[in-house]
Amino acid sequence: MNDAVQIRDLVKTFGGGRSLFGRKASEVRAVRGISLDLQRGETLGIVGESGSGKSTLARMLVGLEAPTAGTMLIDDKPWPELAAAGTRAFGRTIQYVFQDPVASLNPRKTIGDILDVPLRLLCGYDASRRAARKRALIDAVQMPMDTLERYPHEFSGGQAQRIAIARALAAEASILVLDEPVSALDVSVQAQVLLLLQQLRDDLGLSYLFISHDLAVVEAISDRVAVMYLGEVVEMGPAAQLFAAPQHDYTRSLIASAPRLTPDAA
Amino acid sequence: MPTYIAKRLLAAIPVILGLSIIVFLVMKLIPGDPAQALLGSYATPDNVARINRALGLDRSWPEQYFIWIANLLQGDFGRSYVLNRPVLDEVIERFGATLILAGAALVLCSVLGILAGIVSAVRQFGWTDRIVTFFVLIGISMPAFFLGLVFILFFAVQWRLLPASGMYAVYGGGDLPDLLRHLVLPASTLAIVATGVVARLTRAAMLEVLRQDFIRTARAKGLSENTVIYRHAFRAALVSVIPVLGIQAGFVLGGAVYIETVFQWPGLGQMLVKAVSTRDILLVQGGVLIATSVYVLVNLLADVAQAMLDPRLKA
Amino acid sequence: MSESPVTAPSPARKRRGNMQLLMANRLAAAGLFIFGFIVVVALLAPVLPIPNPDLTDQPNRLLPPLSQGHLLGTDHLGRDILSRLIWGTQVSLLVGISATALAALFGSLIGLVAGYARGATDSVLMRLVDMLMAFPYILLAIAIVAALGPGLLNALYAIALVNIPFFARNIRGVTVSIRNREFVDAARLSGKSHAAILFTEVLPNVLPVIVITMSTTVGWMILETAGLSFLGLGAQPPTSDLGSMLGQARAQLFTAPHASIIPGIMIFVLVMSINLLGDGIRDVLDPRLRSGALDRPMAVTRIERKTKPAPTLADAPALVVDGLSAGFDNGGGVTPAVRNISFRLGKGECLGLIGESGSGKSVTALSLMGLVASPPGVITAGGVYIEGQEVLSLREQELIGLRGARVAYVFQDPLTTLHPLFAVGEQIAEAILAHQKMGKTAAHARAVELMESVGIRDAASRASAYPHELSGGQRQRIGIAMALANEPDIIIADEPTTALDVTVQARILELLDALRRERGLALLLITHDFGVVAQVCDRVAVMRHGEIVEQGDTQDILRDPQHDYTKRLIACVPELGEGHGFLDRVRPLFKEAGA
Repeated sequence: MNDAVQIRDLVKTFGGGRSLFGRKASEVRAVRGISLDLQRGETLGIVGESGSGKSTLARMLVGLEAPTAGTMLIDDKPWPELAAAGTRAFGRTIQYVFQDPVASLNPRKTIGDILDVPLRLLCGYDASRRAARKRALIDAVQMPMDTLERYPHEFSGGQAQRIAIARALAAEASILVLDEPVSALDVSVQAQVLLLLQQLRDDLGLSYLFISHDLAVVEAISDRVAVMYLGEVVEMGPAAQLFAAPQHDYTRSLIASAPRLTPDAA
Repeated sequence: MPTYIAKRLLAAIPVILGLSIIVFLVMKLIPGDPAQALLGSYATPDNVARINRALGLDRSWPEQYFIWIANLLQGDFGRSYVLNRPVLDEVIERFGATLILAGAALVLCSVLGILAGIVSAVRQFGWTDRIVTFFVLIGISMPAFFLGLVFILFFAVQWRLLPASGMYAVYGGGDLPDLLRHLVLPASTLAIVATGVVARLTRAAMLEVLRQDFIRTARAKGLSENTVIYRHAFRAALVSVIPVLGIQAGFVLGGAVYIETVFQWPGLGQMLVKAVSTRDILLVQGGVLIATSVYVLVNLLADVAQAMLDPRLKA
Repeated sequence: MSESPVTAPSPARKRRGNMQLLMANRLAAAGLFIFGFIVVVALLAPVLPIPNPDLTDQPNRLLPPLSQGHLLGTDHLGRDILSRLIWGTQVSLLVGISATALAALFGSLIGLVAGYARGATDSVLMRLVDMLMAFPYILLAIAIVAALGPGLLNALYAIALVNIPFFARNIRGVTVSIRNREFVDAARLSGKSHAAILFTEVLPNVLPVIVITMSTTVGWMILETAGLSFLGLGAQPPTSDLGSMLGQARAQLFTAPHASIIPGIMIFVLVMSINLLGDGIRDVLDPRLRSGALDRPMAVTRIERKTKPAPTLADAPALVVDGLSAGFDNGGGVTPAVRNISFRLGKGECLGLIGESGSGKSVTALSLMGLVASPPGVITAGGVYIEGQEVLSLREQELIGLRGARVAYVFQDPLTTLHPLFAVGEQIAEAILAHQKMGKTAAHARAVELMESVGIRDAASRASAYPHELSGGQRQRIGIAMALANEPDIIIADEPTTALDVTVQARILELLDALRRERGLALLLITHDFGVVAQVCDRVAVMRHGEIVEQGDTQDILRDPQHDYTKRLIACVPELGEGHGFLDRVRPLFKEAGA
């Protein structure tokens, strides 16, 4: 079996079109030639600061943005093929968990309605099977059963993120892109969500692309880590090795800047 | 700044061209044959064909449009058949009167509206706020044409304080004090309604701004409450009030139509109403186009003023 | 705010129904009552015992109100004014509401599609809308009526058309903001088509805005159609609406003013009742108005303490907080946010105030100088001593005089906390001039010096930059320079590095630490990050649910936390170099909790 995701020389440029008077609009090169592999069953951490292009990379992977150049193979399917087949093809193959869990749930729908959509449109289940699956999903993310009848504003950030994870799981895709999934959460909640993600990955055999700006969080959950800087991957390697012996200057400065509980250990 | 103004001026050209197309197309909506309408009972087929040729109506629409535009650019807006004089002469003469009325109303409603809005926001839920809110409500619910009649009834008929109609006294008038006396009632009628809208939006903008983080910073610096409100908050609120003033310029230009009819003010609005009922299409076309172009320029000024206040917009 | 997945979400707060809320607003209720009455009477026109509105009776023309058989008198053709008023109201209502519905339907559709599709569709649609907007409001309507010919239906179309841009712009704005919310992308990934997202995900969120816009414009539309009729361009005889009644009666204004005044007052009352109702609906549906988020904050937080603390404190360090409690006034009572907060902070010392979201750490920080937005904030107990003097008992002017002079603040996100319209140098100079007598040039020169001292290169030219032209780190340096402007004794930094990248955060923390050591500042650092505390704070106070659960020397607390909450909080912080060990370490913590 091949890798879950294979990315080669991926480029994304925003703007740059010509305006009415033929002047060139300013161009932003968000992603500049990235090559990455996500192995099956693996968690690949992506670390970078704002403007590093990590979110753009994630949005391209799930088909929310189109790449400017380069190739992507997702679950052995070429990106253009998935794009041509429409978002449903993407949704069945790869799912996305957003940074702001509250904003990712429609405030005017119950959790049951929200979970119903992927089960109906992506899996094509009938009503009774959907009901059973919804209960199983809520159980899997360790939320109480009455969650299904409630509205998003009734939940805290951590609970909302569990629900968002349940929605991503509903599609039964084996690859999950997690875009800063714990950044908006308090530390104790963050730890619980990380535990949940770890457990789900092991139980369901998922592959994660885990994006974060927080080095310690990435190290805790990732098998391998890629460091992004200004749209490029500057360093990649097994988590323990990369943080113990960083090769690139930028990685070193990131590690040196990270606040620690025991400052002397730096 | 000059580049910004130049850019905005360039951008106004396609807008004015678009407006001319809309005006042209609206006039093409007219059911029936204009020549027929013009000639009435003299409409023999020969006469109709002659008029059509004279007006260029036998050509295709795009051709007609370009001929019309070319003529406009040479200052030829056609002739009003009802008044039997060039449209441009009539419109310019009338527009002066409208500008005096609308300009006075705009200044009045901007000053009063902004002041009332600020006071109302600063004293939110206090007595001043309630009184302002009450008058604002009356202002926005009052039909301008009715308010004008009421004013005439009281100020001109009952109390005989001010003239009821016209721009100058028929005998012995014509000087500035005379004009101002005639201006008071129509301009304040027009301004009262517009003031309501400005006051309301200024109040909302001030309240919105007063909640912003940078106001808390201003307070944390130890600035006096007056500086916080009149320098920091008002400056930021003004950025969103200025476009409203631009829109109000259109409102007073349009509202002038009623006021001029009620007060017999010899302006563009009164002319347009008459022209519509006599179906003097070229006069309507010319009047609307010129009033609209002026409005576009006023809005351009509002944009420039906004950009001068807000450096983020200049990019 | 620690949460355990097994606790059920808090039961839905019983929200009062929208109708109840509307009725609680007396003005809106009055508006609804009057409007309802008018509508009922107008609809009942065919069955009411009133004369035929078009029946002329020349001998009895222009009868005054209260005449025999004609309650409101007759008009210039001897027609019964009351009857004409009721029928005319029916026409005006019908036309006004239809015009609103048409404008709302087409305007909202354009707005929804333009806002959702973005790109070329958006530009083309909005250029068209701009074009319509470029006409002075009523002139376009007049031009359309001129072309189509006077008539009620044509007036209706014209008014609807000229109001489409208003709806389109409003709805587009809201749609754009909703479209950028992540749930729209999430729906896409759940397999929904664009049309389905637009109508089942976006529309329900936009609907309240459409309703608000309609309810606030319908009165306006009635005014405008009445206006066209008044000019003789709308309703044509024998049909008449309120506007044409007024227009026809105008000729007799001096001899029979009642014939003009009655329909005029009717229009006014009708539109006023609709506006009252519309404002009420807006207040109910707009969540910001409902939550009071648009209340004007006062210069100083409301202070309502049952007992006044001692005005001075002997042998006090730079800052003493003693038994401070504060909360938010919810209309019926005060919901406490922080309770009985006490701590001390000496010169040159750094105290960290740490807690998770909702723990009350920011409220505590802002309360010290009365900066909690009020309403709804209120300080209910305790005292704040600066150099031994209780400051919450001072007169407002005196407290304001201390702000920025003795006690300065550095806030979280410098993009929103700096004034967007003033150059940064000017903002620093302003802080200086608020407390020191000096010339503008001198203050500016001092501002540049301060910018240099916080590590801004090329300060003289950067001073004229606006906040949006600087990077996040530079902006926060400006915030710090502003705090230093009057050489304060105490700096309160509220999450000063949360909005910044880690590498920038490290520089800013170094700067704050160096400044406090050089200048002997007392630094109160509010944060949610134990790493930040460990790096710069001498002592730390841990907050939870509005209370300080534990405070002490930073190293002691990190090494040997006493309170369970502190233990758990520290245990949950992943450390670099721990790797997968972190998850193994925290797993038992949540097993105990019963997960």
